[in-house]
Amino acid sequence: MSLRSVLVANRGEIALRVVRACRELGIRSVAVYSDADASAAHVRHADDAVHIGKSSASKSYLNADAVLEAARSAGVDAVHPGYGFLSERPSFAAAVEEAGLTFVGPPSSVIATMGDKAAARAVARSADVPVVPGSDEVSSADYAVAAAEEVGYPVLVKASAGGGGRGIRPAASAGELRTVVVEAQREASSAFGSDKVYLERALQGPRHVEVQVLADTHGSVVHCFERECSLQRRRQKILEEAPAPGLSSELRSALCDAAVRLSSQVGYVGAGTVEFLVEGEEFFFIEMNTRIQVEHPVTEWITGLDLVAEQLRIAGGEPLSVAQDDIVRRGASIEFRVNAEDPDQDFLPSPGEVTGLELPGGPGVRVDTALMAGDVVPPFYDSLVAKLAVWAPTREQALARGRRALAEYRVEGLPTTIGLHRRLLDEPAVVDGTYDITTLETWLAGPS
Amino acid sequence: MGSHTITSRTPGVFYHRPSPDADPYVTEGASVSEGDTVGLVEVMKTFHEVKADAAGTVSKFLVENEDEVTIGQDLVELET
Repeated sequence: MSLRSVLVANRGEIALRVVRACRELGIRSVAVYSDADASAAHVRHADDAVHIGKSSASKSYLNADAVLEAARSAGVDAVHPGYGFLSERPSFAAAVEEAGLTFVGPPSSVIATMGDKAAARAVARSADVPVVPGSDEVSSADYAVAAAEEVGYPVLVKASAGGGGRGIRPAASAGELRTVVVEAQREASSAFGSDKVYLERALQGPRHVEVQVLADTHGSVVHCFERECSLQRRRQKILEEAPAPGLSSELRSALCDAAVRLSSQVGYVGAGTVEFLVEGEEFFFIEMNTRIQVEHPVTEWITGLDLVAEQLRIAGGEPLSVAQDDIVRRGASIEFRVNAEDPDQDFLPSPGEVTGLELPGGPGVRVDTALMAGDVVPPFYDSLVAKLAVWAPTREQALARGRRALAEYRVEGLPTTIGLHRRLLDEPAVVDGTYDITTLETWLAGPS
Repeated sequence: MGSHTITSRTPGVFYHRPSPDADPYVTEGASVSEGDTVGLVEVMKTFHEVKADAAGTVSKFLVENEDEVTIGQDLVELET
């Protein structure tokens, strides 16, 4: 029973991406839109569209009731959440299921498990997948010092109730740890209302490498190799590539096998991404994203797969179109995120009207965007307005193609990250593929 | 006594309070100094504080909580 109609519960380039996949598969697509997006590309290209609210995200794309009502009124049989917005809310997936519709993604219970840090680590451990070494909650300095012997220095002392980078203190030795634990407990108590803290190994400039998986409802789980996503600013990826440069074939196999084991363990269904930190030849699971990722095009370039089409087939109950042995890597791909932000003003968001636009083209160039000349980039949503992804037989050629495509790319009327990417492609660490998760922020903070 | 209007430096969504459960930054009738925060504008998932660019008494809010605002839009009227 393949899908006949899908509500695309998103906006921008990813909504258009899903609409396009639906069209190619003969599935009717229904877009949703806010006041600000009434004439947006994802609305124009879909078969139908339903207005769901005012411009602000909380009154439209984040309003689960409005999205569900749109699904009911449009008579669709499935809901594709895209990324962001409601895509990783277990309650939304559960509401879609309860409405008798198909959620294009894993079961709501799996989203809930992998969205809970402790539960996700437990799944990883039971699948024999390494996690960043850490301790249970530590109640005293003596206990902390004993636990740190197991974890390995340097350690981070983290507040159990903290989050978003708050309540984290480093300690490089037992002596330092004794002081830091007491301070951390006091701080956690006043900041989070709980003095519970735990230890975690402090990695020194790891790389962020993630593995794409696909799993169907018939028990097949495959990986589609890895993506290197270490170039990040404030935990936001800016440039991604596949394959990951400098990864040994043993490490690549170990990562991909671990991602498949973990996905099987949790009963995963759909397209998902297992994220790891890699340091030397060691790797550690950090989290799983239970949805399609922004950077999926680089995987599509090197494998020839259509990941969104696979998502829709899986949701329709069909088996995967490929077996693991059919998935082979070819060449190298790099994606550049084009954000409406001003890199010269600390990445200040820059909504506004696009007065002129010239897109790159030619061999090995793909642009995913919903932005057309004359469009207004609204201030209400994410700043990502386009993704440029290039492919070439070798990484060196992909870098050259990236430089060429970025030189062709012109957006007028608002500042974007295109110029930043042009400069990044001249950086030795990027050219050599030796960058890690600290590289971009260090480079941005440096002279020049 | 004169009046002064604080305007928005970015387009986005205006909030009276730092988070949904918190108290408002200021209420009508409150006196503010130059540099005091009087509201918050969310633009592309980032938050920018609206600062009073003059001292005075808040006489009127010209936008409601969660209203969509444009760049340069009048937000708060002060009696100076």
